Amino acid sequence: MSFDSFGDFLAMGGHGFYVWWAYLLTAVVVALILVWPVWRRRRFLREQRGRLRRSRALGGQTGSSSDAPET
Amino acid sequence: MKYIPDGLRRLWHRMGSPRWFYETTASWLPWLGGAAALLIAVGTVWGLAFAPPDYLQGDSFRIIYIHVPAAYLAQAGYILMAVCGVILLVWRMKLADMVMTAVAPIGAAFTFLALATGSIWGKPTWGTYWIWDARITSVLILLFLYLGIIGLRRAIERPEAAGRACAILAIVGVINIPIIKYSVDWWMTLHQPATFSVTSAPAMPPIMWVPLLLNVLGFNLLFAVSVIQGTRTEVLVRERRTRWVSELCLRERA
Repeated sequence: MSFDSFGDFLAMGGHGFYVWWAYLLTAVVVALILVWPVWRRRRFLREQRGRLRRSRALGGQTGSSSDAPET
Repeated sequence: MKYIPDGLRRLWHRMGSPRWFYETTASWLPWLGGAAALLIAVGTVWGLAFAPPDYLQGDSFRIIYIHVPAAYLAQAGYILMAVCGVILLVWRMKLADMVMTAVAPIGAAFTFLALATGSIWGKPTWGTYWIWDARITSVLILLFLYLGIIGLRRAIERPEAAGRACAILAIVGVINIPIIKYSVDWWMTLHQPATFSVTSAPAMPPIMWVPLLLNVLGFNLLFAVSVIQGTRTEVLVRERRTRWVSELCLRERA
């Protein structure tokens, strides 16, 4: 252990402000790049399902939704 | 392709199939994600709490444990994009285009992170958040290249044309990678030279560089998870008119 107390650990020898900002920013960006593709996939599945159901209800065939927007 | 054995050719074609990619990678993700979380947890706790402070920089040097992995992936991501560009132009492999699309925002995020953590580290170490130094400027150009590729893809409507245009920009932009690498040797710079090199032992003691190695490996796996997730989404969007995606949409609860 490089620090004597938890307070020392947070202070980072007077550089706490810089160290913790850098780590916080990294945590936020990493969370975003992990969540974003999953969120985008879920949204696509939901929207595509809606389109397929509508086209089926209208008597269309599966997978003919040529008007699907790019997500 | 005449002299390539049949089995190898079949494997290549199967790997190029977006559907194969989507179905196969699902089972990889928990393992990759778990290993990434473990490596990063150990590397970060070790780096933050157990590595000794640097004799010159004190505790601010601990930013290295996220700055180096981010900067490494910023460049590796770009090279990956360029390799996908070559595969797309030479073999017309659609999956390569999907990977290229998925990598762009992730690589841009890591480039931003490398610049931001470097800037925060610069303040206590060099006395300034920003300086137009060769290393920093060339990494900023890397960020603009990523943003250019993202913008180019959005600007061109036909996916095939957009893919080819992005491939060419990605390949031309690779020239920036050796410039980033050698910028610290070619120009007078504040930036320190590389921590790891293939030819010589690190200048740090193991208690300082082992956590860095763990974090570099962990961030690589994290990058892989993110690129695979992004590519899977891209596969669905681009293949949405096929029967297997339609069936998947109706089957899968999201």
